[in-house]
Amino acid sequence: MRDMGELLRVENLRTYFYTEAGVVKAVDDVSFAANEGEPLGLVGESGSGKTVTVLSAMGIVAKPGRIVSGKIFFKGEELEHRSEKEMRRVRGKRIGYVSQDPNSSLDPLYTVGNQLVEVIMTHFEDSKETAWDKGVKLLKLVGIPEAETRMRSYPHELSGGMRQRVAIARALAGEPDLLVADEPTTNLDVTIQAQVLDLLKTLGRELNMSLILITHDMGLIAEMTKRVVVLYAGRVAEEASTEEIFQTPKHPYTAALLASVPRLDRKELLVPIGGGIPNLITPPSGCRFNPRCSYAKDICLEQVPPLESTGPRRIVACHRWQEIDLRRSA
Amino acid sequence: MGEKLLEVEELKKYFPVYQRSIVTRKRIGDVHAIDNISFSIERGETLGLVGESGCGKTTTGKVVLDLEPRDTGRVMFEGKEVHESLLKAPQSEKMALRRSMQMVFQNPYGSLDPRMTVFDIISEPFVIHKHIPRNEWKGRVYSLLKLVGLEEYHAERYPHEFSGGQRQRISIARALATEPKFVVADEPVSSLDVSIRAQILNLLEDLQKKTGISFLYISHDLSSVRQVSQNVAVMYLGRIFEYAQVNDLFDHPLNPYTMALLSAVPIPDPVRQTKRIILPGDVPSPVNPPSGCRFHPRCPYAAEICKSEDPPLRELGSGHLVACHFAEKFA
Repeated sequence: MRDMGELLRVENLRTYFYTEAGVVKAVDDVSFAANEGEPLGLVGESGSGKTVTVLSAMGIVAKPGRIVSGKIFFKGEELEHRSEKEMRRVRGKRIGYVSQDPNSSLDPLYTVGNQLVEVIMTHFEDSKETAWDKGVKLLKLVGIPEAETRMRSYPHELSGGMRQRVAIARALAGEPDLLVADEPTTNLDVTIQAQVLDLLKTLGRELNMSLILITHDMGLIAEMTKRVVVLYAGRVAEEASTEEIFQTPKHPYTAALLASVPRLDRKELLVPIGGGIPNLITPPSGCRFNPRCSYAKDICLEQVPPLESTGPRRIVACHRWQEIDLRRSA
Repeated sequence: MGEKLLEVEELKKYFPVYQRSIVTRKRIGDVHAIDNISFSIERGETLGLVGESGCGKTTTGKVVLDLEPRDTGRVMFEGKEVHESLLKAPQSEKMALRRSMQMVFQNPYGSLDPRMTVFDIISEPFVIHKHIPRNEWKGRVYSLLKLVGLEEYHAERYPHEFSGGQRQRISIARALATEPKFVVADEPVSSLDVSIRAQILNLLEDLQKKTGISFLYISHDLSSVRQVSQNVAVMYLGRIFEYAQVNDLFDHPLNPYTMALLSAVPIPDPVRQTKRIILPGDVPSPVNPPSGCRFHPRCPYAAEICKSEDPPLRELGSGHLVACHFAEKFA
């Protein structure tokens, strides 16, 4: 059973990293679904498991990490137990991935053209010439001027914004149904960030491609997404539509995150979240947010809060969501 | 109007660019890092300095403290020219000047010596400046730790035992150890996690209330600048493009670059989305900045005059300075 237009579904995913210091439970029972035409945001601090979740979905968790349990579906088909060869068809062709740092995701020893042609020829039975022409078209699509010349450039000859455009072009080379953008603008200047965001929006419309945006920036979430999954320490804290997340957050962590970000349009009292992100080798018992939560009670220390449905397509993992009022006195 | 603590007048700093071969070295140009900028900071004021990478904001911070020598111009601190004083004044005066100006660096992972305990880090200024008798060191270190929200027992630990936010608190405690009147904070929160940033921003504001210290807050993050500053200067390619009181600048920007910069910042509110101005192209190279107004190749309002004439920074409305030929159009 799946919803209309469901693209990617992750069910009870657990990805652990087996390090010498112990087992890091980076993703611990995460479920969510990304639908067609509904840009999804994964938000959380560093170490909340955002990136590991999507890498798991694409089957590219690096050692010592391992998917311990969980199921991943793409358009209703389960991806587990696929051979590496089959997974290669999924990655790139169905799910494109743009990583945070274009400096390290592009190979410095190959020209832009080389890197695009390689991807295109992996996914399509094209001749090198056709692939090259497609590459030029892709560069034009992502707004790179003088695309023919740029095909022969090496990554170091391009600016940060241009490199990120090339990385996006490469992610689009397999004509994926879903684009995963992992902090796509973190390393870019504000005016360049605006260009890249605009590009992602246009591409989504023109290519009819869905988006999963991974970020810690609530501003990007508000602007780019329609649905949000808030992750905290490897667990889902809350999932709702973007408007609901901002207007009526139900999880204390969501509310705290919103109250701690400075805003451009007005100055207001910042309420920092005390403490830091917990150690995921020995996470806090009960609710993982309890050491930093101002609403924590005994039950929060003892029992893991279940994901409860609080309305249509809204879930929250908090013992006290019904008792506490998180609306900000704005 | 308070008393001026720091005055910067027509400051200029170029970095030479060389073309090297095995035997020769030819100067082929200059990076125009700071090109004729002036501003001032009052006692107890925070001036926010914003701009994109390469606009010269960090160089400004360094030149103001004379960590990089200036080319031309003057930096007056309490009526004395900083570079001259550090060059010629008697030792005691130099030390006093260094004591009153400090810096907090962007990266708390690189700016703390990993082999020193927190106690050693924070008390090192006491060793150098000898302004605190030895028997009071301990008490002073503890009170500084408390001031920045850390505990006494942290003093015996090493930097690697702390998180990024805590390290930045240690850097701030170290900067405050000399009892400075002025601190340059260069992107103090950009390497920190979102939930931790608010802690440091609030700390800076608290410290200012308690000690009356002045800050030059350098950042590319406009939201955090709005949070901590009273006045804001916007830099682009080594020039100040606009200077105004914080609300004035954010609510009524008069320079097209400031407008684009502000509109580019995503607002964390799905209902209140603004129309975005997308600037074409990248920030040009500061080696050969464009003629006339440096912003003209990207400016949506650029006219002929912008290509040939460099707009001066002029006052438009009380205390609102702007460098644009057409600023009246936007008022």
